[in-house]
Amino acid sequence: MTISIRSVEKTFGRFPALNGVSLEIADGELLALLGPSGSGKTTLLRVIAGLEFPEKGQVLYGDQDMTYTSAAARRVGFVFQQYALFRHMTVAKNVAFGLDVRKGQAKPSKSEITARVDELLKLVELGELGKRYPAQLSGGQRQRVALARALAVNPSVLLLDEPFGALDATVRKSLRKELRRIHDATGVTTIFVTHDQEEALELADRVAILNKGAIEQIGAPHEVHDNPAGAFVCGFVGEANRFEGAVKGGRFKSVDIELAAPGVADGAAVAFVRPHEFVLAPADQASLSIVTERIAPQGAVVRVDGATPSGQRIEAAFARQSAGQLQPGAKLNLSADRAYVFSA
Amino acid sequence: MSRLRHPTEDPVWAKAIILGLVGLFLVGVLILPMVTVFFEALRKGLPAALESIQNEDARAAIKLTLITAAITVPFNVVFGLCASWAIAKYEFPLKPFLITLIDLPFSVSPVVAGLIYVLVFGAQGWFGPWLLDHDIKIIFAIPGIVLATIFVTFPFVARELIPLMQEQGVDEEEAAVSMGASGLRTFWSVTAPNVRWGLLYGVLLCNARAMGEFGAVSVVSGHIRGLTNTMPLHVEILYNEYDFVGAFAVAGLLCFLAIVTLVLKALLELVQPQSRPGRH
Repeated sequence: MTISIRSVEKTFGRFPALNGVSLEIADGELLALLGPSGSGKTTLLRVIAGLEFPEKGQVLYGDQDMTYTSAAARRVGFVFQQYALFRHMTVAKNVAFGLDVRKGQAKPSKSEITARVDELLKLVELGELGKRYPAQLSGGQRQRVALARALAVNPSVLLLDEPFGALDATVRKSLRKELRRIHDATGVTTIFVTHDQEEALELADRVAILNKGAIEQIGAPHEVHDNPAGAFVCGFVGEANRFEGAVKGGRFKSVDIELAAPGVADGAAVAFVRPHEFVLAPADQASLSIVTERIAPQGAVVRVDGATPSGQRIEAAFARQSAGQLQPGAKLNLSADRAYVFSA
Repeated sequence: MSRLRHPTEDPVWAKAIILGLVGLFLVGVLILPMVTVFFEALRKGLPAALESIQNEDARAAIKLTLITAAITVPFNVVFGLCASWAIAKYEFPLKPFLITLIDLPFSVSPVVAGLIYVLVFGAQGWFGPWLLDHDIKIIFAIPGIVLATIFVTFPFVARELIPLMQEQGVDEEEAAVSMGASGLRTFWSVTAPNVRWGLLYGVLLCNARAMGEFGAVSVVSGHIRGLTNTMPLHVEILYNEYDFVGAFAVAGLLCFLAIVTLVLKALLELVQPQSRPGRH
């Protein structure tokens, strides 16, 4: 199902949560809504679900206007951060709920429901746990049940609100892969909310980055990471060292660094350099120098923490081989392979 | 050298004193008086005691008490569910005020509760003349007794449910609705099962108080034997007439009802963990 969101506005009291958001989600797509807390991403998800209604704008499922249709009539699958499983029902009853509440002709027979529940529990790899109660499951298992429950109604769209937020790091990682696998197996249009950029970049086909109730950029993970549309996206997606300064005649200058800034208008500006885009350079070609403080190997790279003479903290990452001779306390001359400069 | 104990564990003599004090209070303030009630009731033997709870006036009092409880409890269940639902699930102005207001019957003297109704519905009250004209009796009649009892008991169910519903939030209801459940279905399948133990607990406490209320009911009842006397009022009348066996026999029945309530409550607490497999 294609989902279209057109100039949606929503306020809570005097606080604007969504500020004219427009977004198209293709059929079968896995989209991440990424943003810091208070950016409006959960509100947007709940507007799509019908759990909140916007003051302005439209929400379309396919070409059908659903803006003010109740959640119950939309046939969405919704997964909550805190699972929201029915605590007094078994796992199987939980999963069957969406089918059990149907009426008359639309309600499948008992054996059909049982078969569907078995199939879904198998899909989320909980085949044996149908008779347990939610309280008897681990966090990861609960979220799998919630996922199976949401999928039971054959939703036109699957919506997940910070689905891995309450889980520990290992479970989080494996469930992420699981969600991707389930998405590919079912082909259902999926939108998930997260504040974890790593999660969004790893899992999603496209990422929509929200800030202060508006979408800053939408694109494939590599696009938003490598070609950020603005200072906010650049600082939020991926790690970056931030410099404040000014552009004059195509050059960015701050106290610590000087960078090429082709096409950026003169005036106050911010520049970002990702840690891995710093390279060691001879003193006469360096754009900044730092004093190293900590050197930590991390897989194929070595991470270096240091500070410029003016005191700004710098993070850099080098390939293992090129960094063999690094010592804490040593002075390093760096140049940036690539930098992002935006007018402030 | 003394046995090693946990930093927060009290020494033996402290435990003995604290437990001893608790025991002393329980025996002196609760158990002895309760025993006295039954002892006095049976002073002239079981037949005399039974006679005094089976005569016409006593039976009328018992009947009125049961009727009052039968009206009051369902009313407070509905009110308690509505109030706690509103407080836990909706945002509206004056919410803290409503929560405080629900506690009012706990903090105001029951006599005042009775007087309020006399002032509103009594012959000299605001609606007195109108009620007289239409031949409706509220004060010194059953409606007044029920109203006064509702007033003093309405916090019980609501107070039990509000924290429970607040803690549970609206996620489960939202999940049910998003799966296509109607509002009523959501209530019966999700909300009600989640609060059923708290609700039952509140009902028991509410019922105990409804049967035992003296002060508020005393003001509005008029103490007409066989008509507007509830069990607690009947106890007082018999006592004032020096019919000690009768007074204590009816009091013993009230105590017995209270004990049944408490046993039910204790049983509820026992079964609760199994029927509701923990919270997550």
